Amino acid sequence: MARLTFTGGIHPYDGKDLSKDKPIKEVLPKGDLVYPLSQHIGAPAKPVVKKGDKVLTGQKIAEAGGFVSAPIYATVSGTVKAIEPRRVVTGDNVMCIVVENDGLYEEIEWPQIPPFEKLTREEKINMIREAGIVGMGGAGFPTAVKLSPKEPDKIEYVIVNCAECEPYLTSDYRKMLEEPEKLIGGLKVSLSLFDNARGILAVEDNKPDCIAKLKELTKDENKITVKALKTKYPQGSERQLIYAATGRAINSSQLPADAGCVVNNVDTVIAIYNAVIKGKPLMYRIVTVTGDAIADPRNFKVRIGTNYHELVEEAGGFKEQPVKIVSGGPMMGFAIFDLDVPATKTSSALLCLTKDEVSAMEPSACINCGKCVEVCPGRVVPRKLADYAEHYDEEAFVKNNGMECCECGCCSFICPAKRPLTQVIKSMRKMQLAKKKK
Amino acid sequence: MSDLMKVSSNPHIRSKVTTSNIMLAVVIALLPAAGFGIFNFGLDALILILVTVATCVLTEYVYEKAMHKKITVGDFSCVVTGLLLALNLPSTAPWWIGVIGGVFAILVVKMLFGGLGQNFMNPALGARCFLLISYTSIMCNFDCDAYTGPTPLASLKAGESVNILDMVVGRTAGVIGETSMIAIIIGACFLILLGVIDLKIPGTYIITFVIFIILFGGHGFDPAFISAHLAGGGLMLGAFFMATDYVTSPVTKKGRYLYGVILGVLTGIFRIFGPSAEGVSYAIVLGNLLVPLIEKITMPKAFGKGGERA
Repeated sequence: MARLTFTGGIHPYDGKDLSKDKPIKEVLPKGDLVYPLSQHIGAPAKPVVKKGDKVLTGQKIAEAGGFVSAPIYATVSGTVKAIEPRRVVTGDNVMCIVVENDGLYEEIEWPQIPPFEKLTREEKINMIREAGIVGMGGAGFPTAVKLSPKEPDKIEYVIVNCAECEPYLTSDYRKMLEEPEKLIGGLKVSLSLFDNARGILAVEDNKPDCIAKLKELTKDENKITVKALKTKYPQGSERQLIYAATGRAINSSQLPADAGCVVNNVDTVIAIYNAVIKGKPLMYRIVTVTGDAIADPRNFKVRIGTNYHELVEEAGGFKEQPVKIVSGGPMMGFAIFDLDVPATKTSSALLCLTKDEVSAMEPSACINCGKCVEVCPGRVVPRKLADYAEHYDEEAFVKNNGMECCECGCCSFICPAKRPLTQVIKSMRKMQLAKKKK
Repeated sequence: MSDLMKVSSNPHIRSKVTTSNIMLAVVIALLPAAGFGIFNFGLDALILILVTVATCVLTEYVYEKAMHKKITVGDFSCVVTGLLLALNLPSTAPWWIGVIGGVFAILVVKMLFGGLGQNFMNPALGARCFLLISYTSIMCNFDCDAYTGPTPLASLKAGESVNILDMVVGRTAGVIGETSMIAIIIGACFLILLGVIDLKIPGTYIITFVIFIILFGGHGFDPAFISAHLAGGGLMLGAFFMATDYVTSPVTKKGRYLYGVILGVLTGIFRIFGPSAEGVSYAIVLGNLLVPLIEKITMPKAFGKGGERA
């Protein structure tokens, strides 16, 4: 049974009004494009071009480096300038292919693709794999792997994550309004992979116009339903979304497939449509450039690899000096120390803030108020986990479900003592995960 | 770009609610009860409140200064402690009772255990119990200009009849802040509306207490007897302002219900079977000591492990 919501969660200032009424505008990059070989979870891609090679828009420049991996395509025409480590949003130096843009945008000759009806399941999944599609909501898990569970017959729901619960983000919202047909088309492609599945478009109820439009377009589709979920962060978190849409709950060590579900983000589903119906690889994504430091907050159609500087310029530059710049939403995004990094497959937003609420408030003693427990969607006790983490008490941390934390940030957000709860729990989780891998 | 941006791990936004906001809200919520106490008992009450609050603030300041620690009086938690303690003193108490109580509350119960968040017992109540034991006659002297004779609960215990309307409004003998049920409820509603406290602890506390009174009070289901017990003594002040003290109550949801039940039963036992008429302070202080155990047995199940509907 769908419950349309989950226990816990928060209602931060959503800031979506800044950019929600701005139609998507395409950005033509001027400078070099930088393609990190690791824009996804799994093995890094392997370059198939070398320095000095001429490339065209849509040409494969790196192939998948393993089963859990994804190829990368050039999004402009030009020359490969270098294959070298460059800084990416996480602050790491990652091997990147740098392409000098010749400004001509010459495309490759697109191969003919067979009509959709004639494609087999394997062919469709292969097209999705070859198109380099990964989860574009932020995690970057290769979509083809997600769509190939062990028992495809057991998948009962294909859920499109249209929640967009992160504050400030409006890219999914604009896509739903401007290209709902492609979204539904992509969902139909996904549904064709699973014989027993029904489609759910799960939208937060702060987007009534999207809900109305999607309902109108799917009224004759008996396999697709639109569900209006209650607006609350983190409604778009995969496990919370599955629970709200289907009433099934999975823990951190289970996969959505264990609950008979496959979940994909809006942009990902549209990329599936483009790959299987149009035969185009993943080359673009929608990025919201917003925040109170930006002169003209907007939603852009961005060629992957475009430098963040160019996006800020397109948005009218800074009207005020920003203090903090976040790649992604304010709850789960990465703070970057300068703009010289490329947009990747998982860049959903560029948020420029004139105030940093984090450094403005100094952490003080925990007063045991229990607000972190109330808001925790993972139903753990952040206050205690943070204690265990700070004292490096691994045993107590794991025993008290420390690994069930989804790092959504609700506890840090709500904490009246401004304690960095999510941060310390996250570091401890990382250490534990690293240990497990050994 | 020459200037580097601030970086930190996510999340990058914070709610506006801070510790000092919360403590200030509690202070404001206590003002109706304090105001009524001053109206009821006169200038003596005002002086005692001011002395106690000032002592608490000063004690914390001096201690932190002496220990070269960060001064935290700005979070208002010491004001809350001082105010709560003063509201738990009889208006007849001399000023130095406020001073001794304030120093004990802040220095012994709070600061020596590590300051805000580390005390295992509500400082105001710890100090009240200390004073009750050390200065019993002063702490139980309710003969003032306005009232002579025992508190309504003491009369009730002696088998006499009490005026319930007076008890609800607060025109009775007692400690400064506990007499008016109405003033306390107004403050409590303010805190509930702000989301500072919820009804989990006070609700289960009061309901459990009522059930206990019906079962063991010796009067069966007697509405007059029950209302007298609800309006009398420190139950309302204790349930809404002291049992809900964040530091000394459980963080888990089930733990909060369990804590409320324990307090209700303990208060019932002290009031019905104990030698004194009152029992809220001892019940809460005892309950405080059980909090670590309560939390331990009420750790929630995680999402996807059976805890999603909690």
